[in-house]
Amino acid sequence: MSIDLKTIKHISKLSRISVNEKKAEKLAGDLNSIFEFIEKLNELKTDNVQPLTSVAETTLKLRSDEVKSKNLREQIIKNSPQENEDYFVVPKVIE
Amino acid sequence: MSDITKQSLSELIKNIKDKKLSSTEVTKAFVERSEKSKELNAYITEDFSAAIDKAKRFDEKPNLDLKLPGIPMAVKDLFCTKNIKTTAGSKILNNFIPTYESTVTQNIWNEGAILLGKLNCDEFAMGSSNETSFFGNVQNPIDKDLVPGGSSGGSSSAVAAQLTPITIGTDTGGSIRQPASFTGTVGLKPTYGSCSRYGIVAFASSLDQAGPMAQNVKDCALLQEVISSYDEKDSTSIDFKRNNYSKELTNNIKGKKIGIPKEYRVDGMPKEIEDLWKKGIDYVKDCGAEIIDISLPHTNYALPTYYIVAPAEASSNLARYDGVKYGFRADGENLIDMYEKTRSEGFGAEVQRRIMIGTYVLSSGYYDAYYLKAQKVRKLIKNDFDEAYKKVDAILTPSTPSSAFKIGEKTNDPVSMYLNDIFTVPVNLAGLPGISIPAGHDAKGYPLGLQIIGKAFDEQNLLNIAYAMEEKINFKNKITDWWIK
Amino acid sequence: MSKDKSEYLINRKDNQYEVVIGLEVHAQVTSESKLFSTSSTKFGAEPNTQVSLVDAALPGMLPVINEYCVKQAIKTGIGLKAKINKRSVFDRKNYFYADLPQGYQISQFKDPIVGEGKVILDMPDGQKEVGIERLHLEQDAGKSIHDLDPKNTFVDLNRSGVALMEIVSKPDLRSPDEVNAYVKKLRSIMRYLGTCDGNMQEGSLRADVNVSVRRKGTKEFGTRCEIKNVNSIKFMQMAIEYEANRQVDLIEEGQSIDQETRLFDTKKNETRSMRSKEDAHDYRYFPDPDLLPLEVSDDFIEKLKLEIPELPDEKKKRFIEKFKLSPYEATILVSDNETSNYFENVIKKSDVKLATNWIIGELFAALNEKNLEITESPISAGNLSKLINLIKDGTISGKIAKIVFENMMEGDKDPKKIVEEKGLKQESDPKALETLIDKVIDDNREKATEYKSGKVKLFGFFVGQVMKVSGGKANPQLVNEILKKKL
Repeated sequence: MSIDLKTIKHISKLSRISVNEKKAEKLAGDLNSIFEFIEKLNELKTDNVQPLTSVAETTLKLRSDEVKSKNLREQIIKNSPQENEDYFVVPKVIE
Repeated sequence: MSDITKQSLSELIKNIKDKKLSSTEVTKAFVERSEKSKELNAYITEDFSAAIDKAKRFDEKPNLDLKLPGIPMAVKDLFCTKNIKTTAGSKILNNFIPTYESTVTQNIWNEGAILLGKLNCDEFAMGSSNETSFFGNVQNPIDKDLVPGGSSGGSSSAVAAQLTPITIGTDTGGSIRQPASFTGTVGLKPTYGSCSRYGIVAFASSLDQAGPMAQNVKDCALLQEVISSYDEKDSTSIDFKRNNYSKELTNNIKGKKIGIPKEYRVDGMPKEIEDLWKKGIDYVKDCGAEIIDISLPHTNYALPTYYIVAPAEASSNLARYDGVKYGFRADGENLIDMYEKTRSEGFGAEVQRRIMIGTYVLSSGYYDAYYLKAQKVRKLIKNDFDEAYKKVDAILTPSTPSSAFKIGEKTNDPVSMYLNDIFTVPVNLAGLPGISIPAGHDAKGYPLGLQIIGKAFDEQNLLNIAYAMEEKINFKNKITDWWIK
Repeated sequence: MSKDKSEYLINRKDNQYEVVIGLEVHAQVTSESKLFSTSSTKFGAEPNTQVSLVDAALPGMLPVINEYCVKQAIKTGIGLKAKINKRSVFDRKNYFYADLPQGYQISQFKDPIVGEGKVILDMPDGQKEVGIERLHLEQDAGKSIHDLDPKNTFVDLNRSGVALMEIVSKPDLRSPDEVNAYVKKLRSIMRYLGTCDGNMQEGSLRADVNVSVRRKGTKEFGTRCEIKNVNSIKFMQMAIEYEANRQVDLIEEGQSIDQETRLFDTKKNETRSMRSKEDAHDYRYFPDPDLLPLEVSDDFIEKLKLEIPELPDEKKKRFIEKFKLSPYEATILVSDNETSNYFENVIKKSDVKLATNWIIGELFAALNEKNLEITESPISAGNLSKLINLIKDGTISGKIAKIVFENMMEGDKDPKKIVEEKGLKQESDPKALETLIDKVIDDNREKATEYKSGKVKLFGFFVGQVMKVSGGKANPQLVNEILKKKL
């Protein structure tokens, strides 16, 4: 199996990382060599194996329904790249 | 008192408690040495004058009952620290100042320690040489132009060079143990769920664990005691009985069963690594422990599994760095354009590569073939360990397949870089505790480490074995202070 | 639309088409704090004032699940007669959007908390069962505001992380009317349970509507389109109507239907395609590694079952059996918990038949006119009960009662007091009535003679005259009796 430029462009779109031709070619090369060594997994038969999502062998703990977080607007917006007192601001969304 | 920075953490604590040293003296000594060591590039952010102020305040009203009374400490820049810039080694967080503190660092400050600064690391902890940091590579104090390992390279370098008495790193696939091995220091990756992940910039959530990095096992045990805690703010934190690791530390490991997995004898392993391992086996026997040959049959599949699981989680964990709420933003004509430019300019090449891998293995049509497959193999790897631990108390392996390499040597070959973690990655996949202790030198005089892998939540036994071996090995790090002019 | 069997069909030349509809209802869970963070869920706060570090997806922040939201989802599942899954898994749905701070939504994909269930609809031609495919918990997103600035979009994250239940129906619905009944029933069940307030104006209930059409009589489903995020029942119905016709037209023209996501433009009353195909979404679902599988015990579920109140279907059955209501009356009275409570309070001390008529008739009409909910009714259940008793014991006539009722609507006054103050009490004293009647007969001598000579139809005229003279207060029964005697 080999990852072509079209695939690279598709996943870069999904990742929201822009790539030009040169970068795409480099990535394709890197990814192909990485996947070559990943393909080793195909040697294993795993049909009857239960997938392991977490090694933490415990169940999800539940918290009580209490409002603890106060109004943090000032400190949360403080780090945002475009200044505005009330909102996060981003360039216009085009559907 | 001269040579303050040469003292171990335990010695410093004793001297402060005995009032032979003040926190200010200790802090100033480490600040001074750090100032002289800029060439190592271990720090991303220095907080020296604030540290000295805090030390003075500590000395005015010293609380000597604390576990880390007035001890200065630099930490990996992956831990969010309140009001101190936290970058994760990335341009995308270059200007990010958290308003909150990670649980692990909070635990440290609660015991009286003082922040010296934030240590360099691979970008988002993705790397094995600290070369992927936006803030430049870090020098290994062992030799010029040698990598300190990664991703906790700034941490390993700083401990080995005595810029901080002790530190903390994070370990997703070996990021504490491999740099410890490369710098002749001790590094512990605790059991998954032992240290809270709250406030640590996430790389791969199911693998990430914070842990101590120190000059010796005892110091390491003490810091583990401080940072390990059950945390309600982390849903994967586990509530189990935590020992007073340093107090309960013993070198008596008589009758312990130590497993030697045959699969760790990999093709092309340098002879000096093989010899080191043999030496380690002898030391263990000397301590009165029993050696048992075991098999971990799926060891060879760990690295491919890791390079599916970790990038998959990372691709999602790093989606929040989008230029909207904080961090770097590139100008864009519209929202999507802004996203693509921000992430393309804000992330370095290795991070982008891993995001791409992760996106690919999760994408429609490939999920079962890669991600699901990897999770199944991960189960097999964990089963291997579960089987082994029916027969043994701990497992002894080399920490790395080689000693530290030169800066730039592997940057163009991602796969050879990834192979560095071949011995450490299975431990993360199985969620087990693992420690690397320095055990000898190679022909070039570079340190080599041995890894001990313990049962889940059995950090005490792991530390005891490491403690007993440390005594037998009697390792001396060869550091010449070459960077100090 | 063909009249018989109230079947909803779209007719074209020689063909009749059936519409197949499935709904994905997003219902906001009633809770104090969000699904995975401790910030408030209150509606209407200043922008970005209910955003925690977790909601804004700051580095290193982790989700911790709200137990109450889990309970609410399970209770809703019980209300939908559904299978509760003791083990469920939270997944990440990955996509980038300005109001999705994490870059993924935490949802449940493969293993939802609630499995198959059902909802019974009361349609004019009988009951209809609609299958529930699943119910899962997920996070709401924030809000993007596009019209505050020509170049920028503003983002408010107050809603970000609020718990939603996504309730997915099977494609069992066949008409806009059924969709109306289904959403109302779902809303009613959740309001009975207290798991969702169902407030559509505040966005507590919205739906994605899946629509396809097929020739009448065929078994296979057509290609469906999903109309996203429709926030009122009326719009759902309009959107279905438009979309079904659009699809039928395409088929009639020999074209195929693209499976796609569409948007309902409420101003133009049309649906249109939302996303171009190049940008097709690939959500890359995978189990959220920050969360472990959610496991609930039998005991946990059993305890919740004890908290389940009587639900509309059971209540309706009881009303019919115990109070002898017609199915129509019962359906109306159980439609929401507040109405049925009101009804039960009224009949505690008064006649069921009269109470039913007064509530469904006068009260609903009056509330409707003033645009009030039953909980805001100016007339308390206790006072309506008193009014009904005044009618029942003959103190006032039905006609006078309407006047009293109108007075009561102006403010919750005791009907007895109104009757006294305004002197509206019914005249039932035979002597007083005789005097009155004598006078009426006297004043209409001619007509009385005509009546006696056989023009019996004039009796009604005399009754009317007596009532008029008495100002409507005369007891009609007595008037009848006395008049007959006197004439």
